[in-house]
Amino acid sequence: MGSTSGHGHGGHDAHGAATASHADSAGGPRKGKVGVRIVGRPDSLEQRLYLPEVLKGLGSTAKHFFANLFARKYTVTVEYPEETVKYPERNRGLHRLMHRETGEVRCVACMLCPTICPAHCITIVAEETGNQNEKRPKIFEIDELRCVVCGLCVEACPCDAIRMDTGVHAPAVDFRGDSILGKIDLLKRGTLSKATQGGVGSDWRDRQPTMKQYDPEPK
Amino acid sequence: MLEFLAAHTALQALIKLTLLVLAFVMPLASLSTWAERRQSAMMQDRLGPNRANIGPIKLWGILHFVADAIKMMFKEDVVPAKVDRFLFALAPVMAIAPVLITFAIIPFGSDLCVGHATEVLKDPSICSAIIPMQVARMDMGLLFYFALASLAVYGTTLAGWASYNKWSLLGGLRASSQMMSYEVTMGLSLMGAFIIYGSLEPQAIVLAQGNNVWNWGLFTQPLGFVIFMTAAIAETKRAPFDLPEGEPELIGYFVEYSGMRFGIFFLAEFIETIFLSAVVTTVFLGGWQVPGLSAEGFSFLPLPHVAVVLIQIVIWTFKILALCWFQLLIRWTLPRFRPDQLMRLGWKQLLPLSLLNIVLTAALSLWRLGGK
Repeated sequence: MGSTSGHGHGGHDAHGAATASHADSAGGPRKGKVGVRIVGRPDSLEQRLYLPEVLKGLGSTAKHFFANLFARKYTVTVEYPEETVKYPERNRGLHRLMHRETGEVRCVACMLCPTICPAHCITIVAEETGNQNEKRPKIFEIDELRCVVCGLCVEACPCDAIRMDTGVHAPAVDFRGDSILGKIDLLKRGTLSKATQGGVGSDWRDRQPTMKQYDPEPK
Repeated sequence: MLEFLAAHTALQALIKLTLLVLAFVMPLASLSTWAERRQSAMMQDRLGPNRANIGPIKLWGILHFVADAIKMMFKEDVVPAKVDRFLFALAPVMAIAPVLITFAIIPFGSDLCVGHATEVLKDPSICSAIIPMQVARMDMGLLFYFALASLAVYGTTLAGWASYNKWSLLGGLRASSQMMSYEVTMGLSLMGAFIIYGSLEPQAIVLAQGNNVWNWGLFTQPLGFVIFMTAAIAETKRAPFDLPEGEPELIGYFVEYSGMRFGIFFLAEFIETIFLSAVVTTVFLGGWQVPGLSAEGFSFLPLPHVAVVLIQIVIWTFKILALCWFQLLIRWTLPRFRPDQLMRLGWKQLLPLSLLNIVLTAALSLWRLGGK
């Protein structure tokens, strides 16, 4: 169906001319013509009889019906609870807090993530560690109902402490409070991070191998 | 037992009606609600409702129709403030009653010969008593169907008028104009078959078609078949003729109905499609006739009489199911007509064609008779 040809009706020519002049006045001469496909009336005898076209349509839908009934040939449905699609590697799921070698939380309560968070869903209260260089979070809470899953907290974190790579959806809860995840909940999903805690130092750029070393034939 | 039944025709009719309506038509109509959604989904490369289950019993989601029925029963029955309460309550009954009654004329098997059920029936004349596999055998036959089909218009029109809602009134008016227009064609398109088979009575039409496929209405009346099918689908008010419902603009004559009252309109529509299948089967597909199966069984395999009747009933059921499937296929394939296109198709194309069909059939019959 739809294989119609534009016959030379008087009205079509006039319409085409009007379109062309409009294009000229609007934007001057153009490189590519705007393609106008004139679709004529379905006026072949076969189409006017209606019945052959009806049968063609019925044939098409019947083909799909039987192919889907016996072999699910065209269906692309994923039957969700039983089967799931594989998420892309950078999918953002529930948050987690990463561990140091000692099992401590990597977070140093620098407040970068609550600062960048557009939904204000992260609450951090810092406390002393006894170490002069570092703080640590006394309270680290994320309200997953407020979270807009933008991933900016992960981008902001200088310590590789917060990640969203769990692949887990925010769970359904009966009370809104249940969707606020505390430090313990977040650490439970966390694993050891091998990134250097506190970074590798401000002179890391100087310690990189230069291009010269890789040049096979220096000139 | 069978002799007792054969003697008491009223009891016999009651049992047949109960079995036909409660054990065949109503379950099939409720199943159609599921089948429609599942089939349309399959046609559109979706899966459709396939999850309703009782524990591990899933059955491809067939149980959805049970869930739907339970939902309909327990929904709130809203009656808007300004409706005409009597007519509002009457309309669903007026819609469903005629279509259920008309099943009485449909034959679903050859007459059961009492006393010779387990024998191979060589000579039908030895039967002293018969149980007809048909609820009511009336000489007016299909005229009864036309009469009751026109009554079904009242259900939709009353629903539209009693609802005190302009959209449902528009839907009701559309329904009445559409059904009245197509009834004319529907009646005339069957005339050709009446001329050929010489009767209005469904059982006689089925018997006249015989077990030779080439003598069935589909081949002796191809034009009549197409016209009747088109007109009758218009009569069921389903796509491509669902103007009374017109979801995008009107919602339909039952827009103010809720709960089971709406469910009854819904069911009536499906029963109409089943009944249409039954009529088409009777007049154009040889009714309960099975190709090659006579009263003694197949020519290569004689069968006891009761087995013959059972095979006929099963094949009849299959024909009905196949036609229901075909109607769903049409309903989910073709786009809806515009009201003016609908009227033009009915009055200016189908009606003259059905008249032409009558003239052609009459001329051919006369020619064949004259040749003898």
